[in-house]
Amino acid sequence: MSKLVIASIGPASSVQDGGRPGAQRYGLTPSGALDRLALAAANSLVGNQPFAAAVEIGPFGASFTARDGAVRVALAGAPRNADIAKRPVAFDTSMTLAEGETLTLGFARGGSFSYLAIEGGIQGEPMFGSLSVNARAGLGSPYPRPLQAGDELEATDASGAAERRIDLPAPADGPIRVVLGPQDDEFSDTAKQLFLDSEWKISQTSDRMGYRLEGSAIKHLHGHNIVSDGTVNGSIQVPGNGAPIVLMPDRGTSGGYPKIATVISADLGRFAQTPAGRDFRFKAIGMAEAQAEARKFAELLRTLPGLVHDIESFALNLEALQNANVAGSAVSAVDAATWQVPPAGEPPAHEL
Amino acid sequence: MAAPLSPPRLLPSGDSAITVEFSRHIDDAANQRVLALDHAVAQAAVPGVTETVPTYRSLLVHYDPVEIGFDALGEKLLALAQLPVPTMTSTRRWRIPVAYGGEHGIDLEDVANTLKTTPDDIVARHIAGDYRVAMIGFTPGWSYLSGLEKFLHLPRQQNPRLLTPAGTISIGGVQTGVQCLAGPSGWHLLGRTAVRTYQLHRDPTFLLGPGDHVTFSVVDHKTFAEQDRAAERGELVAELISA
Repeated sequence: MSKLVIASIGPASSVQDGGRPGAQRYGLTPSGALDRLALAAANSLVGNQPFAAAVEIGPFGASFTARDGAVRVALAGAPRNADIAKRPVAFDTSMTLAEGETLTLGFARGGSFSYLAIEGGIQGEPMFGSLSVNARAGLGSPYPRPLQAGDELEATDASGAAERRIDLPAPADGPIRVVLGPQDDEFSDTAKQLFLDSEWKISQTSDRMGYRLEGSAIKHLHGHNIVSDGTVNGSIQVPGNGAPIVLMPDRGTSGGYPKIATVISADLGRFAQTPAGRDFRFKAIGMAEAQAEARKFAELLRTLPGLVHDIESFALNLEALQNANVAGSAVSAVDAATWQVPPAGEPPAHEL
Repeated sequence: MAAPLSPPRLLPSGDSAITVEFSRHIDDAANQRVLALDHAVAQAAVPGVTETVPTYRSLLVHYDPVEIGFDALGEKLLALAQLPVPTMTSTRRWRIPVAYGGEHGIDLEDVANTLKTTPDDIVARHIAGDYRVAMIGFTPGWSYLSGLEKFLHLPRQQNPRLLTPAGTISIGGVQTGVQCLAGPSGWHLLGRTAVRTYQLHRDPTFLLGPGDHVTFSVVDHKTFAEQDRAAERGELVAELISA
């Protein structure tokens, strides 16, 4: 049995899958990948179930070494400079690490989270049907905590199948779409308009529980305490200081702040990938449109395996790759995702 | 009851969940209706519904918009909310042992001083209560109980503590609660129980369910320590008085 050893990894990196819904009535949050489309894409490339567990890699660098045999993996999500033994490799493709080889990843560019899927899936003991890490509840397997250098993920020996590429549709651009409510009546029309007209930025103090927003202060009509009610992924709650917090998969299952709006499910992954410090806006849409988008998104997930193709010409691919990497380094100077700063005095993992 | 029940408000929580709101306040009658609707939705096995989360005054219904739309599900939920409300949705009754005061209940003396009575009186009143699990939320096993005697209603702390111990029994506002995991809290800490309302690799993983009845009993700090070791080994420690 081969394994993937984590040679280095930055903060906010953990094993995540489709999550563990079903026990929110007991206060257990679902967890799961922040960008479900990227998770499913990475898994599709190596023939796994779409929501099998993969490594969710935070904005900083990481490196992985194959031991005791070859390991076949795939990368999707926020692009980064990536190489295996100085040989550049592309995102949205599968690749095989020979025994002893190391895959090295740089900073995320134009996004925050990347997904590394391992052929055959990550071996572990599911808890409530999921390997996803929820450190506060002591859940997650093989490690009930974020990943650290030295951790080992057991893998099945690489199948030797042809490497593949996935052609994902271009990601939607434009504002993050929301449905107003459930407590939009706790805000004046002026406050709601300010919410929709403001330029927002994601704060660096964000995490998998919630993304804090910086921009405007949204005032409440009747104070900021409501009787706690249930939350969903994408709930936008407004605490006393008026700075909204978008609840993410490790959220509390209930909360006592009014929720002005909810990010539509089709835009959750795109929102989760918005780099800290980049301006973005929200746009309110109606329920019928939001549900049509949800059905389109479900259809895209269902048809992902059909978007996977064998890579015909490695040489051609290399050229495209070099171009991509050159373009990538050009943007990375202005676009380095600094979503979560490592503790003071600790350089990003990929520089260690 | 002949008069039709007032319909709840249907509030969209994004494209995949509906908040069915019976009241904006902590209200026992509303909570009974929440638990009754929760039960009715489970019985009716409404297609597309994936999960329900009862709270004090609303039921959050998660669903798959590929299976059912907002309007169709909303109609079904409104119809189910008109069914007669049973007086009891759960007959389970638990007794939970608590070590009150001292290091385990660091706010007991202050609470007694604020309410101009003795710590013993606070404990006597707290264990006299017949409580119901109104909701479980925030973190795994954090059980919010309704039925706190009015005398014990107290505003929450001005400055919430960032870390309070696992098993804390506390009061806040009109509620009392059993906290399972260590975490932040703005409530007044009266004591601690060894009972784990959430424990991995134990059957059942979650001890209390929404609607369950709960009473408290007093144990000394030495007994707490023994019970804590037993609970660590996977024993329930809580007493099931009626199933």
